[in-house]
Amino acid sequence: MSKSIQNRHLLLSYGLLILVALVFVWPLVFMLAASVTPNEQVLARASGLGALLSRDWTWSNYKSVLGQLEFFSFLRNSIFIVGVIVLSGLVVNSMAGYALSRLRWSGREAVLAVVIALMVIPYEALAVPLFFEMTVVGWINSYQVQIVPFIANAFSIYLFYTFFNSIPRELDEAARMDRASPLQTFFHVAAPLARPAFASVAILSFLMNWGVFLWPLMVTRGPGYQPLPVALGYFSANKPVRWGDIMAFGTLMVIPVLMVFLIFQKGFVKGIARTGIKG
Amino acid sequence: MKLPRGDTVWGWIMASPAVIGLLLFMVLPFVVAIGLSFTTYRFNSPLPLRWEGLGNYIDLLTSSDFLRAVLNNIMFAAVVVPVQTGLALMLALLVNQRLRGMSVFRTLFFMPVIYPMALVAVVWALIFAPAPTGLMNRIVALFSFGHVQAPIDFLRNGYLAMPCIMVMSIWQGVGFQMVILLAALQGVPETLYEAARIDGAGRVARFRHVTMPQLRNSLIFVAMVTTILAFRLFDQIWILTRGGPNNATTTVLYQAFVASRERNQIGLGAAMAVLFFIFVGVVTLVQHFGVRQHREIQ
Repeated sequence: MSKSIQNRHLLLSYGLLILVALVFVWPLVFMLAASVTPNEQVLARASGLGALLSRDWTWSNYKSVLGQLEFFSFLRNSIFIVGVIVLSGLVVNSMAGYALSRLRWSGREAVLAVVIALMVIPYEALAVPLFFEMTVVGWINSYQVQIVPFIANAFSIYLFYTFFNSIPRELDEAARMDRASPLQTFFHVAAPLARPAFASVAILSFLMNWGVFLWPLMVTRGPGYQPLPVALGYFSANKPVRWGDIMAFGTLMVIPVLMVFLIFQKGFVKGIARTGIKG
Repeated sequence: MKLPRGDTVWGWIMASPAVIGLLLFMVLPFVVAIGLSFTTYRFNSPLPLRWEGLGNYIDLLTSSDFLRAVLNNIMFAAVVVPVQTGLALMLALLVNQRLRGMSVFRTLFFMPVIYPMALVAVVWALIFAPAPTGLMNRIVALFSFGHVQAPIDFLRNGYLAMPCIMVMSIWQGVGFQMVILLAALQGVPETLYEAARIDGAGRVARFRHVTMPQLRNSLIFVAMVTTILAFRLFDQIWILTRGGPNNATTTVLYQAFVASRERNQIGLGAAMAVLFFIFVGVVTLVQHFGVRQHREIQ
């Protein structure tokens, strides 16, 4: 390729990349801009550039979100619910993945088959009967109804299973020869080696559960136990819509997600890609 | 290699928390759904529980609301699956070039995937705002040179509401497929391209005869995930349109939610859940056989 054609190709590529990047970034920028614009003026400046260039930014939306709108109560609920799901999920699912990968036990094949079959079933498909089950148990409007059903996760088990399959067996076999029990071997030898798997399962599980909307809407009554996404539903139902407040709320809500993503993005994207190939 | 004995006890001990969880909260609801779907079960109903047989299913298949919901889901899938997969492939090819700063672009394209759908929905509600200064209204005015009467109320227009939901959903989801296809692209052995080049294959021929066949399984996987996703459509609908206007954006999941949560018709909702399972099962089998065929050819 001659130099000038190469340059033109380069220019075209970057032009296209920047254009596409704008499409993907703009709504986020737009949200940030609207979050510092007074409520009544958001619509008037809704095309965004005006809001960005304006000088009369205001923190009043953030003040009202943090003050009257119980942001912290929703945040506390979200952090508690997602935190418990992620942490207990790591223990429960990694142990199962280890048992499936390393131990020979009757029932192993059957459990593995069930795990693989359940991976494709989205929780939404089970929402109605699970709602019935939780009503019978009397868990409606509580924390546990949003936590306990989601700790065991077929997808996480499968990720741990494939990860344990991919690390060499020699170390835990040595431990087993030294008469360590499988549980001890798991905690002291295998789990430390599987740190990358723990990280990617934790991140995936955090991101998936942080945005859950349908289930809390179904099983909670009133803001007491509701997580952040459900609060967004309240906003959009009230007229006139207070756009500035919504966008400030949204910005605060997405900050933890963006932080987790940007810190761990390399491993995270790799993890997704891996599941895609395996799938 | 011989593992120590006693593994059966340990296997069950270590797997049991997860196994019990899956049994109680996935397998049991599945069984319960099938049972309930044949009854008239309602919460707080003074009437005695009645065996309905196929009554719920017949009600659903003759209800214009439910049929409209199924149709909407199918329309959504029919548009979003090919468009989103096609766009994802183009994006994957775009970011697969060896250029400076490419990882930044990959990150930016992928970012919407991690946003909670409820948040994406309210941001897009502002973009679709029915005001002359709304972003989408401005874009429409710009490209129609003022011929279209602004402002359009996109989300309350029976013809436009669903396409708007589709655009938003594609924007949010396309990065996920891009990452999977990108990984597949990078997994294509360089030697295949070299061989094709030696045979005199041009750019287009290399793409058609080397890249596409190598991507086949990933494309099938991506299409399957998106198809199932299309039938999970709920969050955006709840926040933006509540199924309206006139059922134009109602979906199976929305109907199931309204029936069981707001009308207490658990039996009817369970029947919808069962139809949902059957659908997921069929899609998975189609994917399964699609992928296997490929392996046999190889």
